[in-house]
Amino acid sequence: MRATLTRIAGLAASVIIVLWGAATLAFLAFRVLPGDPVSVMLGPQAQVSEAVKDGIRVDLGLDRPPLEQYLSYLGQLMQGNLGESYQLRMPVAEVIGRQLGSTLQLTALAMAIAVMLALTVALFVRGRVARGVTAGIELIVLSSPVFWIGLILLSVFAFGLGWFPVAGTRNPATIVLPAVTLALPVAALLGQVLRDGIEAAERQPFATTVRARGAGQVRLTAHHTLRHGAAGALTLTAYLVGSLLGGAVLVETVFARPGIGRVTLSAITDRDLPVISGIILFSALVFVVINVIVELLHPVLDPRQRRSREVRR
Amino acid sequence: MSASRRMLMAAALLVLAVIAAMALFPQLIATADPLRTDVRSALEAPSAAHLFGTDQSGRDVFSRVVHGAGRSVGIGVLATALAVVVGLIVGALAGVAPRPIDGATMRINDVLMAFPEFLVALVVVAILGPGAINVAIAVTIAAIPVYVRLARVQTRTLVLTEHVEAARILGVPRVQAFTRHVVPGVLGSLSVLATIGIGSSILAVAGLSFLGLGPVEPVPEWGLMLSGGRNVLGTAWWISVFPGIAITLTVISATIVGRNLRAQAEGHLS
Amino acid sequence: MSVLTVQDLSISIDGRLLVDGVSFEVALGECVAIVGESGAGKSLTAAAMLGLTPAGARVSSSALIIDGVEARRFSQSQWRRVRGNRIGLVAQDALVSLDPLRRIGAEIAEPLVIHRDLSRAERRERTLELLESVAMPGPSTRMTQYPHELSGGLRQRALIASALAGEPSVLIADEPTTALDTTVQAHVLALLREIADAGTAVVFISHDFAAVRRVADRVLVMRAGRVIEHGTMAEILDAPNETYTRELIAASTHAPREDRFGLGDAVLTGIGVSKAFAGVPAVTDASFTLVSGQTLGIVGESGSGKTTLARMIVGVEKPDAGDLRWHATDHGRQHRVQLVHQNPLGAFDPRWTIARSLREALAAGGVPRAHRAARVAALMKEVELTPELARRRPAQLSGGQRQRAAIARALAADPDVLVLDEPVSALDPSVREKVLRLLGRLQRGRGLTMIFVSHDLGVVAAVSDDVLVMKDGVIVEQGPVASVFAAPQHPFTQELLAAGH
Repeated sequence: MRATLTRIAGLAASVIIVLWGAATLAFLAFRVLPGDPVSVMLGPQAQVSEAVKDGIRVDLGLDRPPLEQYLSYLGQLMQGNLGESYQLRMPVAEVIGRQLGSTLQLTALAMAIAVMLALTVALFVRGRVARGVTAGIELIVLSSPVFWIGLILLSVFAFGLGWFPVAGTRNPATIVLPAVTLALPVAALLGQVLRDGIEAAERQPFATTVRARGAGQVRLTAHHTLRHGAAGALTLTAYLVGSLLGGAVLVETVFARPGIGRVTLSAITDRDLPVISGIILFSALVFVVINVIVELLHPVLDPRQRRSREVRR
Repeated sequence: MSASRRMLMAAALLVLAVIAAMALFPQLIATADPLRTDVRSALEAPSAAHLFGTDQSGRDVFSRVVHGAGRSVGIGVLATALAVVVGLIVGALAGVAPRPIDGATMRINDVLMAFPEFLVALVVVAILGPGAINVAIAVTIAAIPVYVRLARVQTRTLVLTEHVEAARILGVPRVQAFTRHVVPGVLGSLSVLATIGIGSSILAVAGLSFLGLGPVEPVPEWGLMLSGGRNVLGTAWWISVFPGIAITLTVISATIVGRNLRAQAEGHLS
Repeated sequence: MSVLTVQDLSISIDGRLLVDGVSFEVALGECVAIVGESGAGKSLTAAAMLGLTPAGARVSSSALIIDGVEARRFSQSQWRRVRGNRIGLVAQDALVSLDPLRRIGAEIAEPLVIHRDLSRAERRERTLELLESVAMPGPSTRMTQYPHELSGGLRQRALIASALAGEPSVLIADEPTTALDTTVQAHVLALLREIADAGTAVVFISHDFAAVRRVADRVLVMRAGRVIEHGTMAEILDAPNETYTRELIAASTHAPREDRFGLGDAVLTGIGVSKAFAGVPAVTDASFTLVSGQTLGIVGESGSGKTTLARMIVGVEKPDAGDLRWHATDHGRQHRVQLVHQNPLGAFDPRWTIARSLREALAAGGVPRAHRAARVAALMKEVELTPELARRRPAQLSGGQRQRAAIARALAADPDVLVLDEPVSALDPSVREKVLRLLGRLQRGRGLTMIFVSHDLGVVAAVSDDVLVMKDGVIVEQGPVASVFAAPQHPFTQELLAAGH
């Protein structure tokens, strides 16, 4: 029991440290940049007098000493206040929150499709030829830019065959193509890792023991090697979620869907610093949560990781 | 290596050679001027005159693909090379540093590594702002963590190996044992990983350019060209498809070469 | 009535004939041993009896009858009905032969799930019965544990229980005790004998004659794929026909050394040496004396601290407490101590040739560049390796050749004290004898003082003058080898001796 509590405490500590690190990084990054934030924000075209610029500076609190700015920034963060968007004059939290739902729908559906696809392939693809073909397809999918896959799918299924609508958000069918596009690279990577894990497990001595008991291939995979492969795939989860987020930005652009992608892109092109740092913090939060879940799940899958009873001689 | 593997490797090397030629001597392969606009022949399908067709401004797509190779692939290669050097230094130092420094460095590195390269590059570009140079910097920074981790793991492993310890017992000085036994092994592993990693960097560059954060028009760049063809996808598919094929083929070839090198290296050591 | 009949079994892979015309029979209640060194084809033979030969193997035989059923032309699904049910397998090293991610109870019950139709409660009961039959302490708790939570001996028992679950008439045991400590081995071997006595036909495969003689009724000796000799245990031991068989038997027994010659002054004195790693003690309060020209044996099981003590003597580790005092030599120079590692493959840089590694050792020892090539040749000759082997990489040498090369490298630094950590444990018995004889010659020729660390009491006794017996980090007994052998004082020493004979 004590061991579990120490582990949870350790996890909580690392969560706080990572979030604090991300916040500090975001803060420093913008202070360290060359150029005056106000000019950057207003853009090179703006013909504004110094006095007005000063006024804006005071407004945004940019005239106070750096340490004070940092502390008040941290204080705001802890209250859940991510600041206000330069361009949209709305709280950053609201800017992100509004678009979050759409992106979440997309990524959740994509994740589900990817897991199903990867599991099916890992379980049912047998024989050297089939495995070779699958590996080849996975290689092609992983080597293609995800936005290109989206364009191809759009071109073939929407423009060409007309099975799916091209754009718009009313029709639930519009989520299918983007979700599939987003899912494919994730499925390819997941499938590869699962398959590698299963094949490596099958080469281990315990697989011989299982076969010597009279087990067939299905039993060997379903009851034994799949778990070994899954343990390996679990460590990838944070990476895969990150891949989904990054992919979402690209896919939303291709399919002209609303979501975090649109927010991020306009924030970058408009140099809307509060929104950008808000998104960085949000990604850090997601990363941290996923990592905690993975850390907690790991011992469930791999009993060797559990700090439990002593070995008795 | 089996026969089919060898054929695949040869094909991959051939593709990479062609891409390298396109990057280094584009004028020899595509004589048409990639920047020349000719509105009268806009949106023409692929033909003998224009192998890959023309885009909205009448520019020859084939020529633009060839001339874009240098930028699209070059940035990725450069970024990877830089990342390997930085990763080797940081990782090797972490591998021999005392526990606290090693631990702290690797913690930070792990946080960075958990994000896919594209996402990290996106964040860096978000901070630095759009632009071709910033994209290069971003992709470099995004690639570094993987090499740091590998360099550190390899350094730790090799330093602890029995043959390094044996050398020390025999009286070989510590630094010499390190440079003769540890560093070559680490560099070897990093190089192999780099050939696979070039693919990720190229994809990251393409992605950022696609979003409009990289080189700007009228410069030819594969990701940018893909973006340019979006709006006419139904009618002029060739504008987006050919640059996409170029990206995919390059990355596939680099990955195949890299994987084969890795298999050879591992077989050699086992 | 034989329950397993094999006639004219031949197996070839990639055109190479690896098993050539092997025939034997096993009756119920009988234990037949197949003995041979690595590469003899024993494991392939075992695999063939289960239909588990590797994918590219071509198997042919004139008869393969398992429990009355002709299995020569079995399809995979037919094999599956027979495996676990009529014929079972116990493999080496339960840590990797049991699924590490599943509980012991589930592993043991798996044959029941596959071949029998029992309810969950019935399966649980049967699993408990099986665990009791293999003398597993605390069976109901052990059932819920994972393999890594059990000690080596208990794990092996669990593995045996899982093989017996389907009540097979034939049990194939492929090197079942090789990964275990000597005392634990004895228990597991006794268990296998019990299983045979209870009516199962046991095929015991091993390279270790010492283990075989404790369990087997009949013996087959295999070499290069052929059965070169067979007979009852008594026949083979008393009157072996083949030279090879004689060599194998000789390698399994060692008479303790009687002569103690050429011993001089004290070289090293250890007083109360202790070392702990992360709070866990590895060596506690060790005191001993090493005398010039002597061979000091350090014997103990895994975790006894013998390797840590050896490494402290070499200087790689420093004691936390106590003193390791090196005495002055006659010519005023420091004593030079070198180590021959346990794993010669790991001790050489895999990318370097042997010659290059030797040259590195010579360079570190201060030998000028011009002389190095000649010295490399001389060293190779001294360890009885042909000079052209020096141009190879470690992976391209055999186990015995690698060990000799490791000794050559240690000698390159011209030591007067040589510490050898399990130098022959990984070698086949016949090769082992040759290396031990080489070490004896080297010691006499160079006047070396040697420290010989091993878990094998027999080997240590054959080469050492004095011996330290270690258990859990403590020296429990020490003295001249002949007296320790004749009259062991400490119960652990007695156990070790009993297990080895």
